[in-house]
Amino acid sequence: MTRDDIKDLILEIIKDIDEDADFDTLQSDQPLRDQLDLDSMDFLDIVMELRKRHKLQIPEEDYPQLASLDSCVNYLEPLLKNA
Amino acid sequence: MPFSLNKAADSYDVIVIGSGLGGLTTAKRLSYCGHKVLLLEFHHQLGGLATWFKRKGHIFDISLHGFPYGMVKTCRKYWTKEITESIVQLKDIVFDNPQFSLKTTFDRVDFTALLNKKFKIPQTTIDRFFATVAGMNFYDDQSMTTRELFEEFFPGRTDVHRLLMEPITYANGSTLDDPAITYGIVFSNFMNKGVFTFEGGTDKLIQMMTEDLEKNGVMICTNAKVDRILVEKGKVRGVEVNGRAITAPAVVSNSGITNTIYNLAGRDVFSGDFLEKADAIRVNNSSCQVYIGLKKDAAIEDKGDLLFTSTAPVFDSSELLDMHTRSKTFSVYYPKTRPGHDRYAIVASMNSRYDDWNSLSPAAYETEKQALIERTLVDLNRYFPGVNEKIDWLEAATPKTFNRYTLHTHGTSFGTKFEGLAVSRSIFKEVPGLFHVGSVGIIMSGWLGAINYGVIVSNDVDSYIRSV
Repeated sequence: MTRDDIKDLILEIIKDIDEDADFDTLQSDQPLRDQLDLDSMDFLDIVMELRKRHKLQIPEEDYPQLASLDSCVNYLEPLLKNA
Repeated sequence: MPFSLNKAADSYDVIVIGSGLGGLTTAKRLSYCGHKVLLLEFHHQLGGLATWFKRKGHIFDISLHGFPYGMVKTCRKYWTKEITESIVQLKDIVFDNPQFSLKTTFDRVDFTALLNKKFKIPQTTIDRFFATVAGMNFYDDQSMTTRELFEEFFPGRTDVHRLLMEPITYANGSTLDDPAITYGIVFSNFMNKGVFTFEGGTDKLIQMMTEDLEKNGVMICTNAKVDRILVEKGKVRGVEVNGRAITAPAVVSNSGITNTIYNLAGRDVFSGDFLEKADAIRVNNSSCQVYIGLKKDAAIEDKGDLLFTSTAPVFDSSELLDMHTRSKTFSVYYPKTRPGHDRYAIVASMNSRYDDWNSLSPAAYETEKQALIERTLVDLNRYFPGVNEKIDWLEAATPKTFNRYTLHTHGTSFGTKFEGLAVSRSIFKEVPGLFHVGSVGIIMSGWLGAINYGVIVSNDVDSYIRSV
């Protein structure tokens, strides 16, 4: 997956969590939580979706890596390079 | 329709023991993740404490008293659109006690106005209090108690303490001496937008959840009491149920945490360190309820949906637990609760201790039960004068009743105190493949807490199944 693919994947998962999520003003280097009104349950949903769709096991201590769109891409890029 | 056990296969990816809201949600999430799920329930009806019973044309809800708005998002994400659309607000929450009488929508806006205008609390104090409780997390320091939290913000104001605490005591069994975070998290959830209920009643909700599980391929068996969880070479191998072994690499127990450890798995599969923590778990208190059904053509005036009533001079956690407490809530179910079912029902709820009731002789037990009904009617007549003539069904439940139907240790209706959460969360690290979901730690209780905890545990289970 390219960096753009990964970005699209994350946004698609968030869209499933909250269909009203507004991505127009989303700043990719800022925390998703503050910009999109996501709570800790929503982040758990992202983790479960990534495991379901791409068999990715993200350990709990790595959850903070999913904070912003940029950090998600940085963290997932090596893990999804063959996906 | 759930099946009898002889229809179940010999092996599954995961077996869920118990069909409380936590067990149901775990079954749903794990089937969604692609696993083959077996759900076993000892009772003939699903739902655990999210249950109901029918008498003479009445339907009585046991635990449908009001949940926070967060339920909307949770049901939309983890259940169905239809379930979500049945969630409606309960707008009239009434408090009536010797210190104050008021009606509120029980949300931050209305509470701020009440605290400021009626209780004369400065706006800055109110804002600081709300900011403090809203910022609380379950992993925060737990040394501060709710009593200390209230004293810090509203010193000596027993009336304000009562307003803030009484509903939460009924919601999760917590007292002024429990960690302030267990209060703050639950209180903030309610303050978000107020109190909500499920239109159509508990029976409709559980019916909808059952249909959704069946659509997702979950095998559901009722009248299936698990005798024990099978552990081999330190790992879970399955369960023994009605004398039959069914295998699975993962078992999720929605039985109480203490039941799970001592009766289902057995002490011998755990380490000394873990047992030390488990032995320190305090189960929460139980409840008494009085179920009141009105005659077919009888009606009562709308006096509010949820009435927090007391004739005790001040709020006192131990008074609320006393066998002869003068404090109780009335959940009033008007015909709007179940559209099409044109009846009125009232459920009075009190917190109660198992030991108080269990220690009585059979004769004394019946006498106390009757006295409980009579005290309840006296209180009810203050709000609905002359209601006695309209009643055609009266019945009481005690902690012993709760114990009989849920098998919960000491009939607990709110799971465990705070320390139960860490034990529940870490059980799979002790015995690989063994998970627990259910009311623990005060915060993971109530309908919303139970469902969300089911999702959290499902993540651990899914991760485990995919790694073995």
